[in-house]
This record gives sequence, structure tokens and C-alpha cells, in this order.
Amino acid sequence: MSKFQPKLIGSCRISNCQIHKNTNLIFKSDYQSFATFADECYTHFKLAYPKFHKMDKLSKLGWLCADILLNNTNLAIKYDPFKVGVVLSNKNSSLDTDIKYYNMLKTGVASPAVFVYSLPNIVIGEICIRHGIKGANTFFISERFNIPQQFQYVNHLLKSSEVDACIGGWVELLDDNYEAFFYLVEKSDITNGNEYTIKNIEALYNNRGND
Amino acid sequence: MTELKENLKRQIVEQLNLKDIKPEEIGDDQPLFVEGLGLDSIDALELIVLLQQNYGIKLTRAEDGPTVFRSVNSMADYIMANKK
Repeated sequence: MSKFQPKLIGSCRISNCQIHKNTNLIFKSDYQSFATFADECYTHFKLAYPKFHKMDKLSKLGWLCADILLNNTNLAIKYDPFKVGVVLSNKNSSLDTDIKYYNMLKTGVASPAVFVYSLPNIVIGEICIRHGIKGANTFFISERFNIPQQFQYVNHLLKSSEVDACIGGWVELLDDNYEAFFYLVEKSDITNGNEYTIKNIEALYNNRGND
Repeated sequence: MTELKENLKRQIVEQLNLKDIKPEEIGDDQPLFVEGLGLDSIDALELIVLLQQNYGIKLTRAEDGPTVFRSVNSMADYIMANKK
């Protein structure tokens, strides 16, 4: 077993037109639609990533959450890219895009660019491309964010040395209802960060943040 | 022909969600893929849909794709040669 214990290094939450990083409010908007909110975030954070505009809403949500969580972490440089994992979950899979694609089929020619997002794990692909991550990744579908189940899975990846760092979390979107909560866990000798436990993830997830 | 090329540039920007690029910034002979606008394989499929939806032209031979979609000029030439 490694001498290093997994630590929760950071978290990011995006919901209700607000972004919290490590429970601190870092961005707030009055926009109600997710599409407009996402565009505003893109401009505000000076993201300069043209492919962002081609993503579906679920991928934009997860990509934004990961980008803010990982800002300045150099995760795929600090660790072997094959030792960085991503484990996410949600309730409605890619249903938002599935419905859009289904409606396109009814009206005539369907867009290939829409079709490619008709799987939920594409959001993981977009995050991995952006950050050079090449390790284990999985997307679970569950009625609610099942923290004990995700903890068990991620902890197994860490303990078996399949990964040395992992992004975990929840990324749910249907119409304009959305919520993303990501955390970063690292098997590191650094002293900051809380122990990686179910209780500590639940505490982070249930902390709606400071305004 | 000039109007056709202007329409094509506008349609490319709209269809491919190129929000960081203005239609007038696309050169007539600028490569659309890799070093040019940096389009990818999914964008190529979108361009096939664009031809079908806006000009009623079906690109049936996949091997023609790289030639037809090399630039706005080559797309315009293909449309002029194949429009009904």
C-alpha cells in the first residue's frame, strides 16, 4: 500500500447560475437559461476553447466545472496522464440531447454534431481532451448522487494504484435544470486537503457555499 | 458567385457553431481543415448536411470529400457544377 493517503484537494459546484469553488462563490449571473449562462461563463473566464461552442449542454456543464476545478493544478503534468481518472454520474444520462436528436429526426436531416453527444460519457471525453487525461473513466447513472457507491469505486481505483488522482462527481442536466458538483482527490503527500471519506464528500456536496 | 461564397461562409459559421469566427474572416481559398479553420471529421459530416439542406446536393462519393471541402472556393465550384 502507498504511504500516501487520498486527500480531497478541491471542489467545484455549478447550479442556479452560480459557480462555487471550494464552497466560495466565484461567479454569479442573472441569466435563467443554461445556454446563455454557459456563454457568459465562457466570456467571463476567458476560456479561448472554440470547441466549447460545439458541445451539447451536458458537456458544456461538465467541461466548465472541470476547467474551474482544475485551474492551475497541472494535473496531467504532475501525474502520469494514464494515472488520472474521471468518475462521474447523473440521473438523466444524455436525455437532453437525445430528445433534441429525436426531434431533428422527425423534421428531416439530423445533425451528426448532435448525434455524437447522445451518450453521457462524452462529457468525460471532452474533459480528458482538454486536460490531457488518459486514465480510467466511468459514467454511472443513478436516481440521485450516490456518494457511498462512487466513493467505493474511486477508492478502489486509488488503492489498487489504477489511478493516483481522480475527478469524481455529479453532472446532471435536463432542459434548464442543471447541477454539477466535482471534487478532486489525489494520492499525495501534501498536507492540505481533507481525508477522502464518504463523510467529507457528503459535507462538501451538502455545503451550498458562501455568497 | 460572390453571393454564393458569402452565403456559404455564413452557413459554415452557423452550422458548425464557429462563434469565435466571423464569416468575413474566412478567406475564399483558405483551407477549411487542419491548418485553416481547424475543422474535424464531425464538421465534415456537418458540411455534407449543409450541402443537402441548403442546396439539395447529396455527396454520394466519400472520396470526393477532401476535394469538395478544401475551401469555400472548392465548395462553391462543386455547388455550381451540381445544382439542379
